[in-house]
Amino acid sequence: MDIGIHVKDLNAWFGKTQALYNIALEIPAKRTTAIIGPSGCGKSTFVRCLNRMHETIPQATVKGEVKIADLDVYGKGVSPVWIRRRVGMVFQKANPFPTMSIYDNVAAGLKLNGFSNRRQLDAVVERSLRSAALWDEVKDIAKKKSGASLSGGQQQRLCLARALAVEPEVLLMDEPASALDPISTAKIEDLIFELKEKYTVVIVTHNMQQAARVAEYTAFFLMGNLVEFDKTEKMFTKPSDKRTEDYITGRFG
Amino acid sequence: MVNALAVGAVSLATLVVLTPLVMILGTVIIHGMAGVNWSFFTQIPKPVGEAGGGMANAIVGSAMILLVASAIGIPLGVGAGIFLAEYGRNFYGNIVRFTSDVLNGIPSIVIGITAYALVVLKQGHFSLLAGGIALGIMMVPTVCRTTEEVLLMVPQSIREAALGLGIPQWRTTLSVVVRTATAGIVTSIMLAFARVAGETAPLLFTSLNNSFWNWKLSEQTASMPMQIFVYSISAYDDWIQKAWTGAMVLIAMIIFTVILVRFVTNRGMLKGAR
Repeated sequence: MDIGIHVKDLNAWFGKTQALYNIALEIPAKRTTAIIGPSGCGKSTFVRCLNRMHETIPQATVKGEVKIADLDVYGKGVSPVWIRRRVGMVFQKANPFPTMSIYDNVAAGLKLNGFSNRRQLDAVVERSLRSAALWDEVKDIAKKKSGASLSGGQQQRLCLARALAVEPEVLLMDEPASALDPISTAKIEDLIFELKEKYTVVIVTHNMQQAARVAEYTAFFLMGNLVEFDKTEKMFTKPSDKRTEDYITGRFG
Repeated sequence: MVNALAVGAVSLATLVVLTPLVMILGTVIIHGMAGVNWSFFTQIPKPVGEAGGGMANAIVGSAMILLVASAIGIPLGVGAGIFLAEYGRNFYGNIVRFTSDVLNGIPSIVIGITAYALVVLKQGHFSLLAGGIALGIMMVPTVCRTTEEVLLMVPQSIREAALGLGIPQWRTTLSVVVRTATAGIVTSIMLAFARVAGETAPLLFTSLNNSFWNWKLSEQTASMPMQIFVYSISAYDDWIQKAWTGAMVLIAMIIFTVILVRFVTNRGMLKGAR
């Protein structure tokens, strides 16, 4: 098993409040890893540390080591912009750019970084929309309609296509289906299942059934600490920590 | 019952607000229409005592002053607004905010005197440029603060989406945040534009007036508000008539510009976006 993301001694703060304590784990490459835990346990903060989005919040700070393949995410002189091109992200609430067409939404990551070859852009947009299982629904309206005119589930798949268009190595998903109906959720889950062939996927979820369905590995966070990290099967059948067992069986959280 | 009362109260308030507007517009149109003719828009004023002539030079002068004012006020105002919204959550931002609010409260005649001291005295004579600078300064605080407001209304999630794609901060601000708020920024510019278009006091000290054509930045120039002012306090019926017509044309020009800009900026945007 290749290691996709290597995390060591990761600490994160919001102002003076510490949100993560000495997180250390090795996320396997080209697999799906679920991050579970009760609200406020640091799941989102953790994934936002992986692509340096955490530091965009005023007064938020990070200390520790994150390595993606050979890339030192918090290394000296490493630009967060560069990291974010290699680590894509899908957010909890679908956030397409409201003034851009569907096409421009998908092309945004390339266009706004100065890439302007029309034919190649067309190809990238089509491929990304296909990967997000949205192509058939929008191919005729992609240049005419705004991204905001789509339904919630379609918008979230549009955001996924947008993230895939820049060809990241890692895909972070912060509760991507928590605001969607069961059918849209199932579509996103199917996609995650396909995506792991090409990408290292890290998905934050509240929903333990979802973690069990899509992820090979699961990490359980509690109050800013990593309690347990193992194969999903083992986590849900024979967890080695009492707290994991309590959470999974619904005794708290 | 309470609901009916509330609806009644707001309806009454609307009526009270609309009444003076309708009355002013009505009076200006009734008095102004009488003086509308071809020569009003094509000729410069005739010498005292001669009938006829028009305000063509003042219309052009006003347009040019406003062009200069916009060229100064819009980039400075929008730029400062972007700074305040995206980078100004700190001490420096507060200084800019405070300064801008104070500037907004300074009487327009004081701005005129400032432009007089800064530009007219340096140049040695009154000029179109000085008038444009005075009005441009007046546009800055309105454009700046309203631009900040509309940029802050752009959801944080949109900024995160762009940053998360590896788009640099400056690009995110310009191509995503500002673009999302374009309609609001245009509104803020139009507000400021309409406000300074009718200003007379700052022009007294800067562009003054001119009975002839002027196409140069460095010369004093006629302008609609000045010409209306001069004519309206004159003793000649013909001039007073021209003042009414001038007032009507000035209002029409402002409304026309606002509608035109709205039309042009709306067409470029997507329908589903709003």
